[in-house]
Amino acid sequence: MILDVNGVEFDYRSKEVLSNIKFHLQKNEILAILGPNGVGKTTLLKCMNAILKPKSGTIMIEEQDVLKLEQMEIARRLGYVPQQCESARLTAFDAILLGRMPHIKWNISTGDVMLVENVIKRLKLEDLALRYIDELSGGELQKVGIARALAQNPKLLLLDEPTSSLDLRNQLDILDIVRDVVKKEDVSAIMTMHDLNLAFRYADKFLFLKNGTIFAAGSIADVSPQVIEEVYGVPVTIQNYQNVSVVIPV
Amino acid sequence: MSSEAGDIVSRYKEHTAKKVSYILTGILLLFLVVVYSISTGSVDIPPLDVVRTLAGQSISPTWDSIIWNIRLPQVLTAIVAGTGLAISGVVMQSILRNPLGSPFTLGISNAAAFGAAFSIIILGAGSTSSNVGTAVIINNPYVTTISAFVFAMIATAVILMFAKLRGTTPEVMILIGVALGSLFTAGTMFLQYFADDVQLASMVFWTFGDTSRANWEELGLITVIVVIAFVYFTLNRWKYNAIDAGDETAKGLGVNVDRVRLWGMIWASFVTAITVAFLGVIGFIGLICPHMARRLIGDDHRFLITGSVVMGALLLLCADTVARVMIQPYQLPVAVLTAFLGAPTFIYLILKGRRI
Repeated sequence: MILDVNGVEFDYRSKEVLSNIKFHLQKNEILAILGPNGVGKTTLLKCMNAILKPKSGTIMIEEQDVLKLEQMEIARRLGYVPQQCESARLTAFDAILLGRMPHIKWNISTGDVMLVENVIKRLKLEDLALRYIDELSGGELQKVGIARALAQNPKLLLLDEPTSSLDLRNQLDILDIVRDVVKKEDVSAIMTMHDLNLAFRYADKFLFLKNGTIFAAGSIADVSPQVIEEVYGVPVTIQNYQNVSVVIPV
Repeated sequence: MSSEAGDIVSRYKEHTAKKVSYILTGILLLFLVVVYSISTGSVDIPPLDVVRTLAGQSISPTWDSIIWNIRLPQVLTAIVAGTGLAISGVVMQSILRNPLGSPFTLGISNAAAFGAAFSIIILGAGSTSSNVGTAVIINNPYVTTISAFVFAMIATAVILMFAKLRGTTPEVMILIGVALGSLFTAGTMFLQYFADDVQLASMVFWTFGDTSRANWEELGLITVIVVIAFVYFTLNRWKYNAIDAGDETAKGLGVNVDRVRLWGMIWASFVTAITVAFLGVIGFIGLICPHMARRLIGDDHRFLITGSVVMGALLLLCADTVARVMIQPYQLPVAVLTAFLGAPTFIYLILKGRRI
């Protein structure tokens, strides 16, 4: 087990946002956090690497409680890609190199540069490497963000709506990259998502939030039209098309 | 594939080498301007003799005296002040996530100017009698300096206090800074209204930032602070890069964003306060030099901080030299010139540049 979350609660200005969150994740698995706008998906994701401090609960990553680690130590174990990456006058290479920050003392080593080079090759970003990121498109910038998180050498990737505001091609590209990395390397991923069909296509496990707590969780077999209707308030049917589940509102 | 990938690293190394070469060129240029600046003035000294004198030879007692007592301190003051203002600017732009971030936008120099006015009128540091030789005397310059410094730090403290209350966000800091700036300007106007003509002259005189004001001891003090700040900022260079990528990304990379922001503000304000307190208000350097450096070497703070230092030193020294010899026999205070240079340069940067 790579991640074990138990009894996490989070308050925002003494208003309860999340309560009794409990789930776990195995190596090489992708978990999709689903639910309506404002239910606390992003909040939950940010609690995972203690960007937001939960009021109570434990988040064990490889037998260590994230909430008891220093921020830098957390960053060596969890890579986080926010919904929106800001751009600056930096090359993509520099931007990805930033992912080595939690690991370096004073300056980058040849090893760091090699690792960045490998990530770039891994994600097929060779053409972007020396371009300035303030000249990249949204999809390209998102790929650089994921590359940066991978350069952190994390055990767990946290992705906040990685496909929002991307076109179809880029949505598939990004999620292919995530799936490829998770399946082939020593890493797992948690993504918040809005698009149920993309989630079904790429994730191994699903976690539906409603009213700040887990409404349903499990694999695709546990996702029923009733669950989706309860969570989103929209009646749906789930059809199978060439072994991929597809949600259709009715 | 592997050869192409090896290519990435070597291309990347070329890319960083180019930035280093810009910085080295700037430093070389700075040395040339130093020699030129020392050699020109009301008495022209051949550049070669300047170099010899600086190397320790004594060519003529008069030149020794001019170089060691007058021109060299002023040149070094310009370099140190340019450095200090530029690093404060570059760091504030990053931690406030705002291209207009500078000690001046945040009202810190307005506060210092108020402090000087306060010392002249209320504490009586200003001249009560002027003699013929110099039109304006500040009787007790140290009272004025300390008062300016104290008010600059009060402004900083107020900004930080509100930031603590309402969250250490760039918006809160900038808006409070702007509000404070106009408050202190109003305070200065209030004092000016009740000042007599000599006091008024002292106040206005103080406001014109002038690099000839510092003696060796004062220069030493400013230098120590600026060097410490430079080292501190350089140690944090990766963190500023991370904050440039967004607060969320920076936090995900293990950066304590609030703490970096708080201490960055404190050091940047401190450097500004000490510079302004001793030399008066020198506008625009802190705002423009980082942007000029950004255009040449990008936003990577590993190179940008040093790049801004070179740019700040170079620009303020050039401006100072020009101000000194432009309308001889008068020596203009450099602040007059930086304001004249600053505004058009800034507009040029906005028009010609990518997003600032």
